[in-house]
Amino acid sequence: MASHKPGPIFSCESEPNEGLKKALGMPRADVIAEIRQSGLKGRGGAGFPTGVKWNLAAAAQGDVKFVVCNADEGEPGTFKDRVLLSDYADLVFEGMTIGGYAIGAQTGVVYLRGEYRYLLKHLQAVLARRREQNLLGQNVMGKEGFDFDIEIRLGSGAYVCGEETALIESMEGQRGEPRNRPPFPVNTGYLDRPTVVNNVETLALACCIMARGAQWFAGIGTQRSAGSKLFSVSGDCENPGVYEFPMGITIAKLLKEVGGEGAKAVQVGGASGHCVPASQFTRALAFEDIPTGGSIIVFSPERDMLRVAENFLEFFVEESCGQCTPCRDGNVKLLEGVELLKEGRCSIAYLNELKALGETMQLVAKCGLGQSSANAFLSIVENFKDEVLGREYAYAESY
Amino acid sequence: MLATEQQTLGAEIVEMADKHGRSRSALIPILQAVQEKYHHISDFAMQEVARLLDVHPVEVYSVVTFYAFLNTKDLGRFVIRLCRTISCDMQNKDKVARQLQNELGIEFGQTTRDGNFTLEWANCLGMCDQGPAMLVNDQVFTQVTAEKVHDIIDGCRRSFGLYPVIPNGGSQ
Repeated sequence: MASHKPGPIFSCESEPNEGLKKALGMPRADVIAEIRQSGLKGRGGAGFPTGVKWNLAAAAQGDVKFVVCNADEGEPGTFKDRVLLSDYADLVFEGMTIGGYAIGAQTGVVYLRGEYRYLLKHLQAVLARRREQNLLGQNVMGKEGFDFDIEIRLGSGAYVCGEETALIESMEGQRGEPRNRPPFPVNTGYLDRPTVVNNVETLALACCIMARGAQWFAGIGTQRSAGSKLFSVSGDCENPGVYEFPMGITIAKLLKEVGGEGAKAVQVGGASGHCVPASQFTRALAFEDIPTGGSIIVFSPERDMLRVAENFLEFFVEESCGQCTPCRDGNVKLLEGVELLKEGRCSIAYLNELKALGETMQLVAKCGLGQSSANAFLSIVENFKDEVLGREYAYAESY
Repeated sequence: MLATEQQTLGAEIVEMADKHGRSRSALIPILQAVQEKYHHISDFAMQEVARLLDVHPVEVYSVVTFYAFLNTKDLGRFVIRLCRTISCDMQNKDKVARQLQNELGIEFGQTTRDGNFTLEWANCLGMCDQGPAMLVNDQVFTQVTAEKVHDIIDGCRRSFGLYPVIPNGGSQ
């Protein structure tokens, strides 16, 4: 097993199901207020305040509501949800149950990516045990009138389904194509019902917050980014694995912990994130500086950054749903540009055109995938000009 | 397809539809069940599913062709999916890829002529800290080396009592 660095989740000191017990002893509005006060923000990367999301869904009209756990962890370099679901599934399910109580939902759905199908048996066994213990089912933990159960839906190999509206489309039996927003899922979600879609880690943290209180959580991290964060660290470092650090940790400090000093760059946030050069390693991993879903890929000095850009763009060309033109065609154009750069046949004028194209994609693509797919390319050509320009063809082969 | 085969498939699809419910949101679970059992989703299967759920067959086709794990083309009994995303790429996935091709005698995207193995690329499998990673059907293998490739494939073959086929013997 890869390294684990303990923190609030990995070394949760509270009793199992204490969070749920406390939540069920409070009025729904107080549960939401507690989450709000903790300052918890979505851990998938976008960082929307969880308490606000729950509040919107709780206020939405309708008897039937859903809590969806987004376990479609497809971002390159991210694997924290795999570890959470393997070793801390109870925390996640408990968090979903708390969310269900808070917004008034009866059903929770885990959307598990098809690639993690080997976890299905384990998760179903945990769910069955929780049903036996009355932690799911009718009148959960003896709470009169609170019925809640969780089912698992499998994805079928589409990265874009990690986007919440595409995920809902997929659950409804459609192609995983993102919807226009608004309406937001908190009003019009799964089967047009109010739906909260939360990341696996967010739900696990919600459970820890209910157990130990908003003040405890808000005391970790920075003022604007409360709490701890799981980082999935891979690439050129001595100890890759999942680490839990307080929000606001600098890249330099993180690299020291994982044995990745001497890196020339770090990709923060996976393929849709930014490539940070060594000169900016003093920057902090937090919503106010570099926001991230937790993917950290370390590059040692001998790595060819163009190959990195190429790999990411190949990923996006493959995974674009094809619905909107900026993303469908833009990524293909950027990839062709990387090929030209690799062969040393790209003029600066053309490179500037490509940059403008990338910036256009950031502005006008329909969903988060398209808006962020040019990030890696743009940050690599910006930060590694010397390396990408005017190279000889042979260099592209050495990697 | 023989008439009797078609009847069996049709009956099975009805069973699956009853299990998952005949609503649109049951579409993908039903298709996943067909894919798992038959290694592909045939035109006939798509039409049957469409009829049972009361949607146009083209809708079903559009869903099947959208998802990487649903296929209209017949896949092998063992589908090997090697991760090609950056972390596995940096951990020498190319070597593993070449060895897979050598062992099976096929390129990526192809199925061996005996219908036992399909070789495909996958995007990030979430095993970045233990790459190179690959899936064989639902099972995940991590820190795969060129040397281990042979043992993994051999294990698959032994599971159904096949003699090893001669490398480069089958392609499509």
